[in-house]
Amino acid sequence: MSVAILRQGDYLIASIQSDLSDTEVLSFRQELTDLVGRHRARGIVIDVTALDVIDSFVARALRSIVLAAKLRGAETVIVGIQPDVAIAMVHFRLNLQSLRVALDLDEARALLDSSTRRDAGDGR
Amino acid sequence: MDQKANRTAVEDGTEQRTKERSDRTDRLLHELVAYLRDNRTDLRQEWAGRISEAELLGVMSDEEIFSEATAVYDNYVDALETGDIETLRSYAQELSERIIPRGVETHEVLGIVLLLRDVLARSLFAKYQDDLDLLNRILDEYEPAANRIAVTVGVSFVEERERVISEQQEAMRELSTPVLQLRERLLILPIIGVLDSDRARQLTEQLLGSIQENRARVVVIDITGVATVDETVANHLVQTVEASRLMGASTILTGLSSEIAQTLVDLGVDLSMMQTVGDLQGGLEEAERLAGYRGADSGAPGDDVTE
Repeated sequence: MSVAILRQGDYLIASIQSDLSDTEVLSFRQELTDLVGRHRARGIVIDVTALDVIDSFVARALRSIVLAAKLRGAETVIVGIQPDVAIAMVHFRLNLQSLRVALDLDEARALLDSSTRRDAGDGR
Repeated sequence: MDQKANRTAVEDGTEQRTKERSDRTDRLLHELVAYLRDNRTDLRQEWAGRISEAELLGVMSDEEIFSEATAVYDNYVDALETGDIETLRSYAQELSERIIPRGVETHEVLGIVLLLRDVLARSLFAKYQDDLDLLNRILDEYEPAANRIAVTVGVSFVEERERVISEQQEAMRELSTPVLQLRERLLILPIIGVLDSDRARQLTEQLLGSIQENRARVVVIDITGVATVDETVANHLVQTVEASRLMGASTILTGLSSEIAQTLVDLGVDLSMMQTVGDLQGGLEEAERLAGYRGADSGAPGDDVTE
């Protein structure tokens, strides 16, 4: 398994260690959505620091994970996109509007803290 | 056996002839060099005179021209004698280094080298006019060597100039994209001048590196100093903003003049995902709010970061 999923409080932290194949993406999504329900997680942080390239396949996979997690009641934040990777992603013109991004784990947690708290307050 | 011996004899003969020819060449060259050395003062004087006459090297004084002329003359004759142009090349390079900052042009350098070639050729005509055959043979030796020298000096000069130009370009490129940290986690990037694809890419790279290094949360890009914006430039800006977002920083674009704003609207560039504020001051206020420096009522730091 090339993804390690850790639990910390209300959040799940998934660290992708290497490029994912089609089946790995599916099993990763399956496991993550299962864990969201089991731990009643409110937030997910996906760490992509180890990825050298994020192409349309990976971007679509991330998007589907974000949407599936959202349906299970958890917000997702992507962290660790490297400068070169970011430039390449922009040049590929990937549709990334739905992804929430933070620089690192601290930032992601701050972002989740504020958004999940606001969600609770708004009753969303 | 006989055949072999014959061939050896023929080869010997060829070698002999080659040797004879090179001996004769050496002798002629030697004579030529000796002549140029003997008449050093006159020829140098005439050359310097021709340079001033042609109004070349206007930025240098007569004394400077004369002393440089002396050095070039001696190097020139040495190069003729030995056929080794390395010394001359390094001298030409060093000379170029000195005169390029003073604004000496390529045509001037080529002009003076060709003048020297002409002055020396004329003096050879004058000396050997009674013996045309010898004159021809002397010119056979002189012309290729002189041309090679002219090419060497010219190429050295151009190479040196290109080196200076590329150095300056590099320096300008570095200067032209300063990413400044205004406050902790707040960067400002003032863009001045023309934004082409190369520069936009380099600017994006530098900005993303700085975002990572400073853990920036907000970036203000100010384009007050950008004269015109066309579709390409606008798309570069959109890409820069999008890439910054992927690094977790939100971007505020400031300093769009009314002309630029109208151009962008006319071009139909989609700037909906760009947050724009009229001037730098307003942009900084907004950035400070986003970064959580001001207005506690707007929520904890990090609010709105990716919107």
